[in-house]
Amino acid sequence: MSNRKFTPYVLVLPAWVWLALFFVVPIGGMLSLSLTTGNVVTGFQQTFEVGNYAAAVSTYWEQILRSLLYGACATLVCIALGYPMAYWIAFRGGAHKSTYLLLILLPFFVSFVLRTISWRFFLSDNGVVLGPLKDLGLLPEGFAVLNSAPAVVLGLAYNFLPFMVLPIYAVLERMDPYLVEAAHDLYADRVQAFVRVILPVSLPGVFAGVLMTFIPTSADYVNASVLGGTHNTMIGNVIQTQYLVNNNYPIAASITFVLMGLLLVGIFSYARALGTERVMEVHA
Amino acid sequence: MAPTSTTQPEAPAAGTVPAAGPAISLDGVVKSFRTGSETVRAVDGVDLEIERGEFFSLLGPSGCGKTTTMRMIAGFEDPTEGVVRLDGRDVTGVAANHRDVNMVFQSYALFPHMSVADNVAFGLRRKRVPKAEITRRVGRMLDLVELGHRAKHRPSQLSGGQQQRVALARALVNEPSALLLDEPLGALDLKLRQSMQVELKRIQREVGITFVYVTHDQGEALTMSDRIAVMNNGVVEQLGAPAEIYERPATRFVADFIGTSNLVRGVVRTNAGGLWKVEVADGATALVAELPGSVTTGAHIHLTVRPEKVRIGTEQPEGEASRVPGTVTETVYMGAATHYQVDIGGGEEVTVYQQNASGSTLVAERGERVWLSWPPEHSYALPS
Repeated sequence: MSNRKFTPYVLVLPAWVWLALFFVVPIGGMLSLSLTTGNVVTGFQQTFEVGNYAAAVSTYWEQILRSLLYGACATLVCIALGYPMAYWIAFRGGAHKSTYLLLILLPFFVSFVLRTISWRFFLSDNGVVLGPLKDLGLLPEGFAVLNSAPAVVLGLAYNFLPFMVLPIYAVLERMDPYLVEAAHDLYADRVQAFVRVILPVSLPGVFAGVLMTFIPTSADYVNASVLGGTHNTMIGNVIQTQYLVNNNYPIAASITFVLMGLLLVGIFSYARALGTERVMEVHA
Repeated sequence: MAPTSTTQPEAPAAGTVPAAGPAISLDGVVKSFRTGSETVRAVDGVDLEIERGEFFSLLGPSGCGKTTTMRMIAGFEDPTEGVVRLDGRDVTGVAANHRDVNMVFQSYALFPHMSVADNVAFGLRRKRVPKAEITRRVGRMLDLVELGHRAKHRPSQLSGGQQQRVALARALVNEPSALLLDEPLGALDLKLRQSMQVELKRIQREVGITFVYVTHDQGEALTMSDRIAVMNNGVVEQLGAPAEIYERPATRFVADFIGTSNLVRGVVRTNAGGLWKVEVADGATALVAELPGSVTTGAHIHLTVRPEKVRIGTEQPEGEASRVPGTVTETVYMGAATHYQVDIGGGEEVTVYQQNASGSTLVAERGERVWLSWPPEHSYALPS
């Protein structure tokens, strides 16, 4: 009998071991690193230097705010593009739903960095898109998309769009189609049926999609470094430079924790505002 | 199925006297669906007139076209041919949100993100009924279905039976000219289903609204309905009051589908004193009062007789009745009754239900020779 009692714990053990090895241990290591002083040559001493955090925030607050702003913009673009896509596949996809889903996921078969670099090629100042438009005189000679904030936001939105489409699709797909008929039966026209029934019922999917796009986009550094040029660096770029170029591990680690803290606060206030209990209910 | 946003639904103005004539009428309604290269006629020419205040059931096996028929009344499907009228008004092609009928869905289709009260108020809000009146009518309707204390709960917090009643209230609160119910009790367990049958009938009597009830459960249809249309393969096989359909099935399908019925092959012989003699099994004689129009002497027919109309005994019965000998092949004790399977020869078996009245015991054992008899008025001839 005692065997049976322990079975669930045994089953969950690999997951706990995984979390401990690859989450708790590195996070603990990072936390201690963020509270050290020194450099690579002389080594880092555990001095519990809280000043690292103050230095990180005061030096890089601009990049931190920019990251959150770019992440938010990219997330909004993803909702605007992704919701109609998910809606169309779920309700109009017919027998080809899985084909359309595959098309959504197809870019994942190409490396993330490579995809982003290919955007650089497409959007270059005299490239395949802008070149002909300039030749036709539709755009001024000096017009450029690359190395601008919109280029970074669009790159982020492009790369993370599937993470918005899939959770929204999952909710719409599972929705009882009779809910829409019931709304029409109770005198709602198409717009009212969407606003009063479909949209609120699909909110948990949007909620999940926002988490899955906002968190990685605001911490991303590839899009900013490939498409953003020198004036649009995000906090991810700073962390990367501090770790890999300057080898200033304490500062890099403390920026990481600042970003993590900001995201956690953001997520929890967002969940509170939207009401997670409602999210749970629709899933029940 | 194409709701538009141009006009508000036409709610019947308060105090108008509904026009005379049927609440719902279907005229030569056909619905065909395309599946690949094939065209299936799900509803194949249905004419119905459903009276005001009637409890009307569409009864049939799955795929018989009953749900499609109801969906055409609701406005979720457009008929391929024919005309649908509500209160005498041609509504063919009119979208569901502009029809004065409301539906109770099999899955209830309650809005999960709204409270019970908001669910019930949904239709009234779309019709722009004044707030105070909405509150009053929602409250009254929730009291009618005995869920007043649950108004603030979410549907997911209610039991299946309670959700069912919310769905009913959400439709009824709009005071539609007809309420359409699509197998509304299908998801409930037997006990609850039986009590909801009584409940539905009570509510229908109280509100006096026309109910159109789709079901495959003949017991449900028989207990609740004023009239039943038995459907099969997209057509109405028989339309009538429950007793009429049960006692006098018009077709072999109806006889077979409604309750248990014995179908015995026979040949029409002679007419003696107003009764037709029909030779069944190995030369035994059964009597019927009338024959279907096209049938005359010498024709092969099927005789129907309900198991509870057949008497079983060891002595040869007297009097003017069908008398058929046979051998008991099975006896099943059911408590209130005993069921007998009797082999009457010629490859035919007859089922007999015998009430276990006080003092009565098993009439015959398995393997025993018995006589079956039934009065001619409980037996009908159907063309083979």
